[in-house]
Amino acid sequence: MKSEKALIFELSKPGRVAYSLPECDVPETDASALIPAGLLRSKSAELPEVYEVDIIRHYTELSRRNFGIDNGFYPLGSCTMKYNPKINEDVARFAGFAKIHPYQPEESIQGALEMLYTLQNDITALTGMDQVTLQPAAGAHGEWTGLMLIRAYHESRGEQRTKVIVPDSSHGTNPASATVAGYDTITIKSNERGMVDLDALRAVVGSDTAALMLTNPSTLGLFEEQIVEIAEIVHDAGGLLYYDGANSNAIMGITRPGDMGFDVVHLNLHKTMSTPHGGGGPGAGPVGVKSKLIPFLPKPIVGKRGDGTFYWDYDRPQSIGRVKAYYGNFGILVRAYTYIRTYGPDGLRRVSELAVLNANYMMHRLAPYYEVAYPGLCKHEFVLSGKKLKQYGVRTLDVAKRLLDFGYHPPTIYFPLNVEECIMIEPTETESKETLDSFIDTMIQIAKEAETTPELVINAPYTTVVKRLDEATAARKPVLNCTCG
Amino acid sequence: MKHRYLPVTEQDQADMLATVGAESIEDLFADIPAAVRYPGVLPMSGRLNEPALLKHMRGLADRNADFDRYASFLGAGLYDHHIPVVINHILSRSEFYTAYTPYQPEISQGELQAIFEFQSYICELTGMKVANASMYDGATALAEAAALASGATKRKQVVVSRAVHPEARDIVLTSAHGLGLEVIEVGFKDGVTDAEALAAAITDDTAAVLLQSPNFFGCIEDVRAIEPLVHAKKALLVLSVNPISLGLLESPGELGADIVVGDAQPLGIPASLGGPTCGFFAVTEPLMRRIPGRIVGQTVDQDGKRGFVLTLQAREQHIRREKATSNICSNQALLALCASVYMSTLGKAGMQEAALLNVRKSHYAADRITQSSLSLEFASPFFNEFVVKLPDGADLKNVNAKLLKAGYIGGYELGIPYPELKGRMLIAVTERRTKDEIDRFIGELEASV
Repeated sequence: MKSEKALIFELSKPGRVAYSLPECDVPETDASALIPAGLLRSKSAELPEVYEVDIIRHYTELSRRNFGIDNGFYPLGSCTMKYNPKINEDVARFAGFAKIHPYQPEESIQGALEMLYTLQNDITALTGMDQVTLQPAAGAHGEWTGLMLIRAYHESRGEQRTKVIVPDSSHGTNPASATVAGYDTITIKSNERGMVDLDALRAVVGSDTAALMLTNPSTLGLFEEQIVEIAEIVHDAGGLLYYDGANSNAIMGITRPGDMGFDVVHLNLHKTMSTPHGGGGPGAGPVGVKSKLIPFLPKPIVGKRGDGTFYWDYDRPQSIGRVKAYYGNFGILVRAYTYIRTYGPDGLRRVSELAVLNANYMMHRLAPYYEVAYPGLCKHEFVLSGKKLKQYGVRTLDVAKRLLDFGYHPPTIYFPLNVEECIMIEPTETESKETLDSFIDTMIQIAKEAETTPELVINAPYTTVVKRLDEATAARKPVLNCTCG
Repeated sequence: MKHRYLPVTEQDQADMLATVGAESIEDLFADIPAAVRYPGVLPMSGRLNEPALLKHMRGLADRNADFDRYASFLGAGLYDHHIPVVINHILSRSEFYTAYTPYQPEISQGELQAIFEFQSYICELTGMKVANASMYDGATALAEAAALASGATKRKQVVVSRAVHPEARDIVLTSAHGLGLEVIEVGFKDGVTDAEALAAAITDDTAAVLLQSPNFFGCIEDVRAIEPLVHAKKALLVLSVNPISLGLLESPGELGADIVVGDAQPLGIPASLGGPTCGFFAVTEPLMRRIPGRIVGQTVDQDGKRGFVLTLQAREQHIRREKATSNICSNQALLALCASVYMSTLGKAGMQEAALLNVRKSHYAADRITQSSLSLEFASPFFNEFVVKLPDGADLKNVNAKLLKAGYIGGYELGIPYPELKGRMLIAVTERRTKDEIDRFIGELEASV
C-alpha cells in the first residue's frame, strides 16, 4: 500500500483487450465508404490496452486508497455524511429504473412518473412549500435555479431588483450562484452569537433586494431564533427568502422552511436523503416554491390526470425554461424516495432528533479541550476553534491530518470563514455512541499530543499511502493529465 | 422507535441527554420558536419494511418498458450501448461511492487518481490540453462553455446552431438570461448547420459559436469549414461531441475547437430516465484557469512520491465566492469514474471497434429504410443516428404506441421541437441492435404508418 500506484496508462501493453462487443452481423463496409475520409480521425486516440484482470485489480487498488463512509466515521460538517443504505443502491439498479429513456412514450414509464410525482409531493410536505421541481442536479444547481425563479418573479411584477444578501457564514456556492443568476452579492456580518444581525440586515435591505439566502440552522449549527423577524424585514422590503437546505437534517418534521417564511428552498438529497456522494457527485438539488412562484418553475414537472395516469407537464408558459437535460438525476431521486419510505414521516423526525442529540453530546464532551465557538444549543453540527493549540505551534490543519492516523475522516476545517482555526463537526444520526466516544477520545488525545509532543501532530499523517502533498507546486506548475502534458 | 440505520438505544439517549444537561430531546429544540414548529405528523409517504419496500419498488420498476425487454431505437442524446459487466462491480466498491469530494488527499488518492485518469482520457479522446473532473451533464456543460467564452472574450453574444440538442439550447437560453447574454440561433440545411447563415450571424460581439457534432439529427458537421469563420471574428469555437463517435471521427482538437463538451452517457452510463449522467469539459491551454469545476493535478508528497490533489482552486466558489468562474460544487464524479472504467475496458482498439459497429449497423438500417416505403430526410454523413421521413399525416405518437406493442422503443418525434420536421422520426442504431432486430423493426415501422 505504501508504493506508488501505476496509472492505467502505465499498465498498457499493445495487443491486450478487456472488451467483448457484439459481432458485426451487417456488411463489414470500410468506414471511409460510409463517412467521407475528411471527417475521420487522422490519429487514433492512444488509450491503454489492458485485459480484464488489470482493470479489476487497478480499480480495486484505487478503491483501497480511498476512504468512504463504509470505511469509518466521516464527521464532515455541512456535508451530512450519513450511512448510504444498500437497498437504495439495489433498487436504483433495477432495469425498470436504470434502463429507461425519458423520451419513451408516457404510457411506458408510468412507474417512474408515479415515483417522481410522489417524491414531488413528499418534498413539498417536508419543506412546507407548494410545489417542487426535481430537475436540479446538485445543491448549487438548485440555488441557481431558485434565484432564477426569484428573478422571474420580480421581473413578472415589473421590478428590477439587483442584490442578493448572504450572511458571512454562508456556503461559497450562495454568492457564486447569485453571480451566475446575474445578481450582486451583499455579505452581512453575523452578530456575536453567530446569528444574522438584524440591524445589519435592516441597513442593507431595500427596493433593490431580490432575496436573502439563508441556511437554517446555519453553517455554525445554530438555529436562527429570530427567523420570523428576519422574514418580515425581507418581505417588507419586497424581497424573497431563499432557504439553502444543506442543513435540513436537523429539522425534519420539527419545523419547515415554508412555515419559517421562506419562499424558495432547495434540498441536497445527497445529504439529508442519504444518497451517496460518489466521491463528489452525483447529487440532486430539488427546489420547492410557494404558490406565487409556481408559474416560473422549470419545465416539465410531473402531473397526475383525473384517470390516475401520470404525465410530463410542459404547459408552463411563464417557466424560466429548462435547467437540466431530461428530468434531473433520476437515479438519485429513486434512492431518495426509497430512503423516505424506509422511515416515513415519524421516522424522519426521529432522524433529526438523533442527529441533533449526537451533535450536542459531542460538543459537550469536547468543550473542555477545544473552544466551542458559540456555546449553547447546537443543531445537527457545531463549530470548534483550534486556536488554543496555536501556542504549541499546532494548527487545525495538523489536527485534521493527525486524525487520519486513527482511521477517521477529519471534520470540515477552516469553514465557516468567520471562526478562527475552525473545526466543524457533523456526526449524523447513523453513528453510535461508541463511535462518537472513540472519536472524542482521539480528539482529546490529539489535544494532549499538541501540548506535549507537538511535532507528532505537525508531521502527521504517518499511516496513509502518501504524506502531505505539495499543493502549491500543483497549482503553480499544473500537471493535469498524463497524455498531453 | 427502532430502525436498522439508527444505533441510539433508550439507555444511550438517557446517558447522552445527561451529559448534555438536558431533560428530554425536546429540550434540544428549545431554540426553535413555537410559531414555526410543525405540530403534527407530516403528510408524506409512509414507512415500509424492507421486503414490502422491495416489492413496492419492484412494482414501480416493472411498470416501465426497459431496454432489457424492449429493443430500443431511441437516442436523441441517450443511447442503449452495451455496458461492460466489470463496470457495476467497480462502481459498487463503496470506498468510491460513499466518499465525499476528495478534500483530504492523503486518504483520497484512489478517487483523485481515477479523476486524473478521467481527465487524461478526455484529453486524449478530444485532442484538447485540459479537461475538468466533470459537469452535471453535456447540456449544462454547453451552457457553462457559453459563460466561459463570454468571460474570456468580454463579449455578450453567443451563436448557437439549431442542430444542437433542443434541451441543451433551452438550458443555454435559461442560463444566458441570468448572465445577460444574447443568444442567436442559426438554422440548418440538409441536417447540418447552415454555414452561410452562420457566417452572417457571427459578428465582432460574438463570444462563441456553439455546435454539436454529430448533431441532434445524427449528422456530422463540417467543422473544418466552419472553424475559420469563427476564429476570423476572434470568437471561440465550442463543440459538443458524442464521445463514442471519437473512436472514429476527427478529434475536436485537430478541428480547432477552443472548448469541447459532451455527455459521457454513451461511455457505460445507464440511461436512467436521463440522469445521472456526466458532462465533460475540455479546453485549450490558454483557457485553463477559466475552466469551471474540480480539477485534479499531479504533485509529490513530502517524500517525493507521486500523488494527486484538487488544484487550481482559486477559480472555485469555496475560495472565490461571488468571483468564482462557476457556482458548480457537487458534480458527477462517480459517473466520471464509470466513463473511465468504460474507456479502460474498451481501450484503444475497442473504442474504434465500438464506433465502427455503430456506423455499420446504423448505415445498414438507413439502407434498409431507403429500400422500404419510407425515406431518409437528410443526405449528410451521419454517425449512429438518422432522420426518417414517414408518410404525410403519420401520427408519430400512434406509431410509437404500435411499435411498443410489438416490443420496440421507437424513435424520437422531431416535430415536437422542430415544427418544420413534423412527421419525421430520429432513429438511433447502436452496436447492441442485431441485423434481425433492425429488419423486423423497419418492417413494423412500415406496417404502423
